[in-house]
Amino acid sequence: MRTFYLSLKYLAVVLWSAFVIFPFLWMLSTSFKTANAVTAGAKWLPWVQFEPSLAGWQSLFGGVGGINIVKPYLNSGIVTLSGSAIALVLGTLAAYGLSRFTFKAGPLGNGDITFFFISQRIMPPIVLAIPFFLMLRFLGLLDTLPGLILIYVAMLMPIAVWVMVDFFNSVPRGLDEMAWMDGCAPVTTFVRVILPNAVPGLVVAAMFCVIFGWNDFFFAFTMTFTEVQLLPVSIVALNSSVTPWWSLSAAAIVSVAPLAVLAFVVERFLSRGGLAGAVR
Amino acid sequence: MYRQKYIFLLPGLLVLVAIILFPLLFTIRVSFSSWDVYNPGLNWIGGENYARLWEDARYWEALIRLTFLTVATVTLQYTLGFALALLVWRDIAARRFFRVLFLVPMMTTPVVMSVIWRTIFHESLGPLNPILEAIGIDAQPWLSDAGFALAAVMIVEVWQWTPFMFLLLLAGLLSLPNEPFLAARIDGAGPIRTFLSVTLPMMGAISVGAILIRLIEASKLMETVYVLTSGGPGTATETTSYYIYIRGMRDFQIGYSASLSLTYLIVMSVALTLIAKALIRLMVKDRT
Repeated sequence: MRTFYLSLKYLAVVLWSAFVIFPFLWMLSTSFKTANAVTAGAKWLPWVQFEPSLAGWQSLFGGVGGINIVKPYLNSGIVTLSGSAIALVLGTLAAYGLSRFTFKAGPLGNGDITFFFISQRIMPPIVLAIPFFLMLRFLGLLDTLPGLILIYVAMLMPIAVWVMVDFFNSVPRGLDEMAWMDGCAPVTTFVRVILPNAVPGLVVAAMFCVIFGWNDFFFAFTMTFTEVQLLPVSIVALNSSVTPWWSLSAAAIVSVAPLAVLAFVVERFLSRGGLAGAVR
Repeated sequence: MYRQKYIFLLPGLLVLVAIILFPLLFTIRVSFSSWDVYNPGLNWIGGENYARLWEDARYWEALIRLTFLTVATVTLQYTLGFALALLVWRDIAARRFFRVLFLVPMMTTPVVMSVIWRTIFHESLGPLNPILEAIGIDAQPWLSDAGFALAAVMIVEVWQWTPFMFLLLLAGLLSLPNEPFLAARIDGAGPIRTFLSVTLPMMGAISVGAILIRLIEASKLMETVYVLTSGGPGTATETTSYYIYIRGMRDFQIGYSASLSLTYLIVMSVALTLIAKALIRLMVKDRT
């Protein structure tokens, strides 16, 4: 009975693993195909079922029938990293303030301000798309990197605040008070005493910012036209009636690979119990 | 020295107010104008946009479809995510490997994977139909039939976001104390009984949190639809966000789409608040 129960468990795990891996295997196989191999129907094994070719991979660097993704790749990197960094700095500062001091603005207290930050995640992107579009046009930042960074800061800051408020609440207040008694100003206390103790929280917050920044499509798509293209936009641009599946697959692999690595980092946190605090 | 406290809060708060609150207030004003591609600018037409919206069957259908998709996919994600978390929680070999593997889909770019899924669902060249035929099921018109197109969107959403449920629920499971499980074993409770009276009640709060986050995210659904089906066939997979996108960014009816998006925002906030209250009452037993 017990063995039966356990083998059922393994069966379930293996089935779900197959479902998870399936699209990855398919795009890996497709990235080595040519037009002939694609139109011959679903084939999986190179050499056995089709003659592999590197055309898809070459097209990533400006070869025929694809898009050169080097520039979109860099753009995505710049926007994601600077957007995340600014959001993290502003969000961490705000979270520390909200966790340690009392703010009052009329009837609104700390809880309401925290809610204002976090509730921005509830806002559907489409609601903001048109005002953002008009705002960026007014500022002359439409179709530029700074314009996108500005929007990503607004989009990612709520995540940083959300993770960091919880984290700072779990850092004992005695730590701050000790530093104040030694004559440190709050800012010095924050930089010298609190920040070094906040590294695990910062890592989680940064990770979520990078995931949501790198994976965003909507704003990258609606706020740019020709000058600046981010990676997801340039990949989706390949998706037409005559999609070059091989270049598409190769581009998809290089675009999802860097973040897939983060799964290992998250798992480490998870198994050491480091995420329990972050998700309450 | 407490005056320094504003140094912490204000930069972030001001940036967010400037980038989000003002545009939102502006949207309210725009929704009372007939701003479109021919007559850009802020005139005043009163509630005309809202009257038009009230009669717009396509909008309300999209909203109902979105409600169905959201509830169905989040329920699936929760059930599957919980099951997977329980599976790799304890006593299984190589559980850390499986944990990593199960997390990977949520790290991938949704639109990029949707493009890949579109090739998988391709009726004659994609790999899905041959696999179905190999196990004795007929090939299906995945993206050209209304029902199957909806199913395709749901499959992709489940693939992409079950890992998120899995992550939060597994983190919850791993932080549970050991004593209640020992007590249950001493009392001779079987696995099902232990799950129902020990595990599930202790996971109530985190379940509500995870479900709410996913409901919020799922109710924004549009990118998957945009890439996979473009709302088609016809309008069979159109979600609210996608419909507003068509009206606003494609037809450039700025005024009308502003009224659409505000209504959407209000309906969603009210619905989510009600759901949150109901879930907390239902699943969090001992709220201290």
